[in-house]
Amino acid sequence: MVVKHADHAHEHGDHHAEQGWVSKYLFSTDHKIICFQYMFTGMALAIVAGFFSYVFRMQMAFPGVPVPGWGLVTPADYNMLVTNHGAIMIFWVAMPVLIAAFGNYLIPLMIGADDMVFPKINRLSYQIFLLSVVVLFISFFVDGGGFAGAWTMYPPLMAKAEYSLTGTGSSVFLLAIALEFVAFLLGGINFVTTAMNARAPGMKLYDIPIVVWMIVIASILFMASVGPLIAGAVMMLFDQQLGTAFFDPNRGGDPILWQHLFWFFGHPEVYVVLLPAIGITAEIITVFSRKKLFAYKTVLNTAIGTGILSFTVWAHHQFIAGIDPRMANIFTITTLIISIPIAEMMFVYIATLYGGSITLNTPMLWALGFIGTFLIGGVTGIFLGASGADIYLHDTYFVLAHFHYTFFPIAIIGTYAGLTYWFPKMFGKEMNDTLGKIHFWGTFIAFNCIFIPLFFTGMLGDHRRIFDYTNFPELTTPMLENLRAFATISLVVMLGFQLVFFYNFVTSLLWGKKADVNPWRANTLEWTTASPPPHGNWAELPTVYRGPYEYSVPGRKDDFWPQDAKS
Amino acid sequence: MSAASSRPIATGRSAAGMPTGRLAVWWIIASEIVIFGGLLGSYIMHRLAHDAFAEQAAHTNTWIGAFNTFVLLTSSLSAVLTHKAADHGDGKKAARFLYYTMGGGLVFLVVKAFEWTTEIQAGYTLASNTFWSFYYTAAGIHAAHVLAGVIIMGFVAHTAKRQLEMQRVELIGLYWHFVDVVWIFLFPLLYIAK
Amino acid sequence: MADHAAHDHAHEAHGEHTHHPDYVKIWGVLLVLLVISVAGPFLEIQVITLITAFGIAIVKAYLVVKNFMHINVAAKLVTYLVLTMLLFMLLFFAGTAPDVMESHGSNWEKPDWIAGTAHPPAAGHEESH
Repeated sequence: MVVKHADHAHEHGDHHAEQGWVSKYLFSTDHKIICFQYMFTGMALAIVAGFFSYVFRMQMAFPGVPVPGWGLVTPADYNMLVTNHGAIMIFWVAMPVLIAAFGNYLIPLMIGADDMVFPKINRLSYQIFLLSVVVLFISFFVDGGGFAGAWTMYPPLMAKAEYSLTGTGSSVFLLAIALEFVAFLLGGINFVTTAMNARAPGMKLYDIPIVVWMIVIASILFMASVGPLIAGAVMMLFDQQLGTAFFDPNRGGDPILWQHLFWFFGHPEVYVVLLPAIGITAEIITVFSRKKLFAYKTVLNTAIGTGILSFTVWAHHQFIAGIDPRMANIFTITTLIISIPIAEMMFVYIATLYGGSITLNTPMLWALGFIGTFLIGGVTGIFLGASGADIYLHDTYFVLAHFHYTFFPIAIIGTYAGLTYWFPKMFGKEMNDTLGKIHFWGTFIAFNCIFIPLFFTGMLGDHRRIFDYTNFPELTTPMLENLRAFATISLVVMLGFQLVFFYNFVTSLLWGKKADVNPWRANTLEWTTASPPPHGNWAELPTVYRGPYEYSVPGRKDDFWPQDAKS
Repeated sequence: MSAASSRPIATGRSAAGMPTGRLAVWWIIASEIVIFGGLLGSYIMHRLAHDAFAEQAAHTNTWIGAFNTFVLLTSSLSAVLTHKAADHGDGKKAARFLYYTMGGGLVFLVVKAFEWTTEIQAGYTLASNTFWSFYYTAAGIHAAHVLAGVIIMGFVAHTAKRQLEMQRVELIGLYWHFVDVVWIFLFPLLYIAK
Repeated sequence: MADHAAHDHAHEAHGEHTHHPDYVKIWGVLLVLLVISVAGPFLEIQVITLITAFGIAIVKAYLVVKNFMHINVAAKLVTYLVLTMLLFMLLFFAGTAPDVMESHGSNWEKPDWIAGTAHPPAAGHEESH
């Protein structure tokens, strides 16, 4: 296979060849380095998308006032900011960090392998991903500016330049998304094949740590759901550029077809990002309650069940789009049913914590924060899943608050939980726990202060994607304006607290206390090698003798029992 | 030693009972099934709902479609024979049959190019109406997969000739058979069902 | 070579591919089926056309998947995987078709001619909606 090699010495046994900085870090095939590439790219884009949210929230709270750091927000600006905030957070923050970064890092280490099974394809997937980021940025600078028709890209707004006014930007945006999909399809092949095939001797299916299972199931969900959207994206691109009419009702097309193609992917997608975060939570709560996971097989089966069910609920995003009402009935039923397996998982987590010897350090706080906030997100989803209630609530801020109460725990809380937990392993240093706690409480409280008011503004009628409410007298009451301003100020506070994290991250990286091999006294295999692990992970690959959650086993001296310990 | 020594130990393991490469290709095929499935499903919906579609479909050339089907089926034969040769360790023979398969793919593409040129000149373009939009899109995405397959086969043949990386012969063969199966369904959908 | 050895090992462990069916014969069957599927429409009976076109497509696909792709020799997982993907496609069709195939609603209609034309019709026609 002809693959570019930055450095020929790289080809012949990475263990002994000396690697230049470029081939070691920029063109690495080592899964750990690729993790960092994805992670830092994702975090950089989170700053961009977070900045966008600051700008448009300032516009919402103080309409017409120039925003510091941006200036006056025009309606076109607003639409572009909202669209790209959503798209970036989902495709270029949540997915790369939760799946690509954590997946890349954890899967080989937790199954006792020396790397992914296809390291060069792994590298290629990051390169394609990086290209998608570049293309996305290009979309902001082309004639007409970046795409501004919402991350859901509905036609005819997305398809016709005379409506979107961003003819070029729309196509460039679509290309960026297509590239991102290709990157994750390639990455997913690696994750699934590695986890299925490259397990250490002795590691049976039920000895695999839950987070690995979750990332694998998420990859499978992605691979199985993105197909129709890829087909739809090609159709949309042709509509935009080549005059076809796939989605043009005037000429025999159907805009609802796009909606179905999009949401058939869009709904499993939210479980694609949810499952890794749930998996990270499982790892943390077992370690810091010194208890085995209450029901491993239940968690696994509910994850698989959720995955399969996630393919049967998609049109709940389209209840008021004009779909057949009889289908709406069916999708209501399936949507309400899908809440059951996730609730089951939460119950298992709570049962795991019950009676445990709890350590409330930073990773544990994040994990507990995940459970609490995700529960609110899930419960509010039930209101929206009932098509009758959704007739009123659709496209209001109630929906927005619901999905931020799910996405935020997933993408932000889950990421911080995983980062603070695995930081010692990844970087060989310890993070400052006090700063970590300050960061946690500041973020957690501020987050709730942003979105709880938005449930209420939504119920009172605040419509989504409206640049300002001056044309809606019933929405310019002082109470609503105060709630919006309160949410915005809380956002600014929350963004400010992220500086605490960055400070902690950088200073720990540079001057932190050196971390032990296993500072948390955990069972899983990554804690049996050096912090950080060398290239190839272990000098001698481990053999596994038991499951990952053997904590506080009666009769043993230690309250943990590593998977690779012979006795 | 060659690239094999820089390959991780992980790649050689097979806890799932199948060689890694084969497992990976089947996952790729699975994700391709849903790509083509989404596209063809959308086509079928339109086709069943509008008789006007059928009228347009009458203008596709069934003979060319059938010939191309014959070409792809034959190239699938050479693809599986190359796998058999690789299985018996005969790298040179495997490479030769891979070249035949590539040839079949190229014939397919050339015939398609002529076919499309004729149709475009007769006024049936991508934007003519929804049937032709689907026709060119579906056959076009398929043709892109044929081209990709031909290119990859070139690389695989190049190494197989020197008795290296022989397992890849089977893998590209699997991909090729899948591309053939997609055409097996495209043929009746676009050419026959009138 | 380490990789080759691992590869042979995987083969020996499962005894696959020691048996190769007669591929040329299967190819012959495929060609016969192709001829039948092309001939079918000439009888001009719709049901027969459907059977020869799509029924035969399914048979041909099955023959290729079973004999050329050796799906029955690969782990059962592969068969389940392929069937699951096909099932998802059916699900997609079932959820989308009621909308896309609907030709009228309480306030709109999608006339049949639309799919066959390049441009909307002249003004006179539109008034009839």
